[in-house]
Amino acid sequence: MEGLVLPQLFNGLSVASLYLLAALGLALSFGLMRVINMAHGEMLMLGGYLAFLTLSLVPGTGGILLAVPVAFVGAALMGALIQLTLVRRLLARPLDTLIATWGVSLILQQAARDLFGAVGVEVRAPDWLAGSVQLGSMAFPTARLFILLATLLVLGALALLFRTTRAGLHIRAVNQDRAMAAMLGINVGRVELMMFALGTGIAGLAGVMLALLGPVTPTVGQSYIVPAFLVVVLGGVGSIQGTTIAALMLGLVSAVAQIFVDVSVAQLLLLLFVILFLQVRPQGVITTSSRALDG
Amino acid sequence: MPLMPQKPATIFGSGMVRRATLSTGLLAGLAMLLAACSGGTGDTAAGGDAVPVGVLHSLSGTMAISEIAVKNATMMAIGEVNAAGGVLGRQIAPVVEDGASDPAIFAQKASKLVESDDAVTVFGGWTSASRKAMLPVFERTKNLLWYPVQFEGNECSPNIMYSGAQPNQQILPALDWAKKAGHNNFFLVGSDYVFPRTANLILKKHMEAAGLGVAGEAYVPLGGTDFSGVIARIVQSRPDIIFNTLNGDSNVAFFKQLQGAGLTSAKLPVMSFSIGEQEAQAMGPALVEGSYASWNYFQSLDLPENAKFVAAFKAKHGADSTLTDPMVHGYLNVYAWKAAVEKARSFAVDDVRKAAATLGTFATPMGPVSFANNQSLVQPALVGRLKADGQFEIISTSEAPIQPEPFDQLAFPGQTCKH
Repeated sequence: MEGLVLPQLFNGLSVASLYLLAALGLALSFGLMRVINMAHGEMLMLGGYLAFLTLSLVPGTGGILLAVPVAFVGAALMGALIQLTLVRRLLARPLDTLIATWGVSLILQQAARDLFGAVGVEVRAPDWLAGSVQLGSMAFPTARLFILLATLLVLGALALLFRTTRAGLHIRAVNQDRAMAAMLGINVGRVELMMFALGTGIAGLAGVMLALLGPVTPTVGQSYIVPAFLVVVLGGVGSIQGTTIAALMLGLVSAVAQIFVDVSVAQLLLLLFVILFLQVRPQGVITTSSRALDG
Repeated sequence: MPLMPQKPATIFGSGMVRRATLSTGLLAGLAMLLAACSGGTGDTAAGGDAVPVGVLHSLSGTMAISEIAVKNATMMAIGEVNAAGGVLGRQIAPVVEDGASDPAIFAQKASKLVESDDAVTVFGGWTSASRKAMLPVFERTKNLLWYPVQFEGNECSPNIMYSGAQPNQQILPALDWAKKAGHNNFFLVGSDYVFPRTANLILKKHMEAAGLGVAGEAYVPLGGTDFSGVIARIVQSRPDIIFNTLNGDSNVAFFKQLQGAGLTSAKLPVMSFSIGEQEAQAMGPALVEGSYASWNYFQSLDLPENAKFVAAFKAKHGADSTLTDPMVHGYLNVYAWKAAVEKARSFAVDDVRKAAATLGTFATPMGPVSFANNQSLVQPALVGRLKADGQFEIISTSEAPIQPEPFDQLAFPGQTCKH
């Protein structure tokens, strides 16, 4: 058992980084617009397939570095399309958004099935991403180190965006008081569009990371969407800080549980943990206050 | 803002009537579309007196990687039988359904095939979870399922023909081979459902009896892709071989992450029970090169019947398509059913079942086989090693065809087939 603790702590961090990348977009759109985007998982899927396409055209290190912006932009554009055509028109009817975006999710899954086949495709990563770094008795898979690094960069970029840019200021203003921000001349519609696209773009990026660990299938997003929702709820809706802490908690709880039990039972324990935590702290890790997005 | 709008009018307000008509219209349109689709598959093959049979495999979801190929092989056999004049002078009209890798959907589609499409028999299934879900349907409707995949035994229904390997025709020969090759510390990893759990129960009993060590045992939900915890345990427990009963595309993630942890086939060999040529190709042979598999058939099998079968399939599905053990079982099931129907001169399930067990030996791409009284196939067991081109080099063959034993006597002492 002792020999498992360190590796599992690292695995917990790694799983947490994936959960976080998948959950950030949900936290952003839900925090700002109270929109539950059921098609969010399909943005991961889209990112995965875009990575597959990019790496088939440009193999090797250049390919994976190119895949990151391609997946980000591709998923962000798809998100913008969904926001403009559906979410924007249904803002006053949250339950309808839920159903409409679920429909989009089904359409996207079927589209992927028709385009790429029901069988998953495999992303051929460059060799340095398929190996591991040996440190003492522990081996750290480079793919997982790469994902950790990418997550840290995304978090850093978000913090910079919110704290130092004018766009970030607008986003915080809309989050604090939508009506007031609109009265002060902020184009609320544009801010929300940007926010939604940013969230789905990050999900697309998460899709590239998933593709480094497993196959890309039409339903690849589905297995991460439930943990992502858990992270958002546990973190306190709409708070980047809370989302980050919650992702860490869930990643570590599930990894530590796996020292003692099977993955299936670990998932059960994870759900129990979330339920108990919300009993004690129903508002989540961080209370959604007016300055919640000010990471 | 609360999730639920304060004035219900926003949800159920003035727009409701208009939307209701709109959605009714949409539903009607959808129903028409569905009817058009399902009608299309059934009636294509032949005219009025064609005999309907069901073909039920996962065409989507995590098992699609394996099952689409079995569906293709089954359809090829049906096409060949039809081209040669059909069964008892009647053409076969296959109705294809998608089980969607979900046991509940398998049960629904099985009852649809038997009760709405009047299928006289059904070919299909892969996971034991799907077979267990379909079993009550076939027993209730007194129909017959032809199941083409290796499984864990411990089941013997009169309404299922089990052509895939019983444990003593795949798992245990693989254990014998591993023992002879000098492996004595095993790690068992599998998907979390009935086949891997039962197979490993049987394996552990036999390992205990033979004085072999079990380094560890781990299960991941079907379709799961995170193996970090499992691999940490493997690294820590230092087995000298992994016995892998993962199913579907979880295998891709498992081998990828195994490679990521520096555990290549040369360092730690893996013996898989659900990876054939087709899965190896889909995963990229480089990822699984050097790993082992145990089946009753490999594409590399050197037999004239097999050469003919491989050539026919490639002509139909492209030169780079591959053949696997469950595909051959799906293919031979159709021929066995045809032979049994013609021997019984009837499509009635009871007659067909009795005739199948008394057919005697018949030629197949995997060599001569026959059905035993317990409705399972008498067949040889093989062990293969995966080469860089995605084909298996056969490294061990059982001396003679093995009689199927549904109930392992170490794990389930005293149990036998009732019929």
